[in-house]
Amino acid sequence: AFKAAVLIQQWYRRHVARLEMRRRCTWRIFQSIEYSCEQDQIKLHNFFSYLMDQFTPSSSKERDFISRMFISGESYKEAELEKYCDYESIEVPDSYTGPHLSFPLLPDHATALLEAFQQKQQLHARYILNLLHETRKHLKQLPNISHVSTCYSEEVTVCGDLHGQLDDLFFIFYKNGLPSPSKSYVFNGDFVDRGKQSLEILVILFTFLLIYPKEVHLNRGNHEDHMVNLRYGFTKEVMQKYKVHGKKILRMFQNVFCWLPLATLIDQKVLIIHGGISDTTDLDMLEKIQRDKFISVLRLKKRKESSRKPEIQAINGKSESGTDAAGNEAAPRLSLQPQSAQAPSTANRLEFSRWLRQTVQEQIDTCRRLMDISESEPEELTYSSMVSLKDVDEPCWTRQEEWKQILDILWSDPMPQEGCRENKVRGGGCYFGPDVTEKFLEKYSLQFLIRSHECKQEGYEFCHNRKVLTIFSASNYYEIGSNRGAYVKLGPDLIPHFVQYQANKTAHMLTMTQRQGFPVALISRVEESAFRALREKLFAHTSALIRAFKSYDRDNTGKITLSNWATAVESVLRLGLPWRMLRPQLVRSTEDGMLEYKSWLDDLAMEQRSQEHIQSSLLEVIYRNRSNLETIFRIIDRDHSGLISFEEFQQTWKLFSSHMNIELTDDGINDLVRSIDFNKDGNIDFNEFLEAFRLVKQCP
Amino acid sequence: LVAEIEKKITEAFEVFDRESNKTVDVREIGCIIRSLGCFPNEAEVQELLSKIEVEEPGGFVHLEQFLPVMREVLLERRFRPIPEDVILHAFEALDENKCGYITKEDLVKHLTEE
Repeated sequence: AFKAAVLIQQWYRRHVARLEMRRRCTWRIFQSIEYSCEQDQIKLHNFFSYLMDQFTPSSSKERDFISRMFISGESYKEAELEKYCDYESIEVPDSYTGPHLSFPLLPDHATALLEAFQQKQQLHARYILNLLHETRKHLKQLPNISHVSTCYSEEVTVCGDLHGQLDDLFFIFYKNGLPSPSKSYVFNGDFVDRGKQSLEILVILFTFLLIYPKEVHLNRGNHEDHMVNLRYGFTKEVMQKYKVHGKKILRMFQNVFCWLPLATLIDQKVLIIHGGISDTTDLDMLEKIQRDKFISVLRLKKRKESSRKPEIQAINGKSESGTDAAGNEAAPRLSLQPQSAQAPSTANRLEFSRWLRQTVQEQIDTCRRLMDISESEPEELTYSSMVSLKDVDEPCWTRQEEWKQILDILWSDPMPQEGCRENKVRGGGCYFGPDVTEKFLEKYSLQFLIRSHECKQEGYEFCHNRKVLTIFSASNYYEIGSNRGAYVKLGPDLIPHFVQYQANKTAHMLTMTQRQGFPVALISRVEESAFRALREKLFAHTSALIRAFKSYDRDNTGKITLSNWATAVESVLRLGLPWRMLRPQLVRSTEDGMLEYKSWLDDLAMEQRSQEHIQSSLLEVIYRNRSNLETIFRIIDRDHSGLISFEEFQQTWKLFSSHMNIELTDDGINDLVRSIDFNKDGNIDFNEFLEAFRLVKQCP
Repeated sequence: LVAEIEKKITEAFEVFDRESNKTVDVREIGCIIRSLGCFPNEAEVQELLSKIEVEEPGGFVHLEQFLPVMREVLLERRFRPIPEDVILHAFEALDENKCGYITKEDLVKHLTEE
């Protein structure tokens, strides 16, 4: 009987080990795809650089179009903001059944909002705008680093990323209690994007912030940034829910985001920031920076030194039109509305580049002039809204240094190795090692850091010898069942206590199966989703994969060994995944250990939604660059209507395909549009266009 | 073939390598061995571990120590899977009441009683 028991144990352990391996591989897949999506930002950067430096426009229309991409958005003075985004003129109709807000806010308002959102009601635009105006007023008085003391309220609860997942916030309030004079909360950024209820979360958080200003603290996250919102869903959510006033609401959010504090300090001992630190993080500088200057932390690229000086001299002191270096008249108009400037008639690439930089610089200078500032130092080029500058005592450090401080705080990640290096994966911030943490904590006499920014399977994770705690509050972030969310409570002893959860009905169902037996159902579901995303990625790189496979198949047999398959796939996708472990799920049939790669790729293609009329290379490009295409469309679509003209669509395509080196004829574009039938009175609904190529709904 | 086996072992190892420094917790070794397709019992896992140097403190195993040992295991095709009928037989042997299942407590009892 003992022998029998041992056998069973043997078999059982092997089963559990396999499940564990599958679970970890699935996690790896999601993480590597998520971070490679963030690399899209870098690709976008490259695209804009290409337009700036290498592309030769073939017509003045094309030039104008390109310049519009750089001079995006309207800049404004703060006073104008109040006028533009006013709410008093907005009437609330009698038919409105949602909650009503009046100021100053009271706890009853908060409860009403929670109930309303639970019933899927929507708050009227007037109240949202009102709330945003009040929130802004409040945030403006706050310092960059909030100070919390555990002696006033016994415990502080710290929550991490929520990413629009309202259910998780409801759960936290349900389990832990609502904010109150005896219940302090710190929300560590990334309230928005990806999830579908970012708006509701912000409304609730801001409401509690105003009702309990001493007890509720918000930190800015890297997603509290309108440039990121364009790509990751918040912009879309607002425009879909508020078709009439969405633009105003977005503009207000843009401003409110940059007034969010950057960090929170508990008892002078625990620092809470969204991303992390770098070896140059300086709390004194952070305290003194004017944080509202940094509307978006993302930026385009450094302007080349050589082209700066002469143009600035040419521009400064001229009020109306300037002349570019080639001596042609450029006639930008003096207004806050972006106008397409007259492009130079020469087709010279270098001159076009210079002209473009100059035009944008002019816009910046124009805005500065209107705001009564004299700025002699050349500014970094940002393709987001203009940095609004104020007339204050200039600190001794440069804006460049300030910008780096904020970028590091919002975007950095800890790494196990010592040192500090650039975070190339995300395209911003640093990877910081345990030595950096140690030095930093010592310098400021801190005990440990709390940060968020990275999804953790258990909702939280320690690293750097328990000196850095990552807390992540969005459960099931990648897929239902993928991970738990967590929040941490700190008392005066500053010892962390964690509460984990998975707020989702389906997940609860799945965990019940877990209690009865093996969590196979749970793992399978998440796994399925991960592999779908992975297969889509593979499809998106079909051409490159074929080339790689062929290099291993010199005799042109059409087959390669599985070992070579693994090497080839990694060399193309560069996701750092254990391909040999994943192979059974990706490659169904082999003949004597050899894979017929062409038919394997064909099978992959068939799984994607079939768009047979479109040339396959084009499909690939769309899949690979969907996220960037969406961002570009949104930049062009200035009034956030979701529609761009057919001509704009065409031009975008042309530019993009020229950058990606694809042949695309006019007919090709027409076919594209016609076959998917998105034409609405000469306008393209790019949301629908992109939806047709969106397979895995989670993939950003 | 050897190169391919080594690549497989490395891949499996790295999945459990939390800090990306080529070491894993010694408690995960059993899991790694099993996910490479082997069916060792506990005694056999311990035996393997005794052949691999474990770094103190903390009990870490370095890839360098693990690789050669595991390579031999795979090349020699040790710890092959248990055939289905054998496992079924084992279950039936413990299921005295013929109810089609055994409880965890039963299993523990049988394992801990010499």
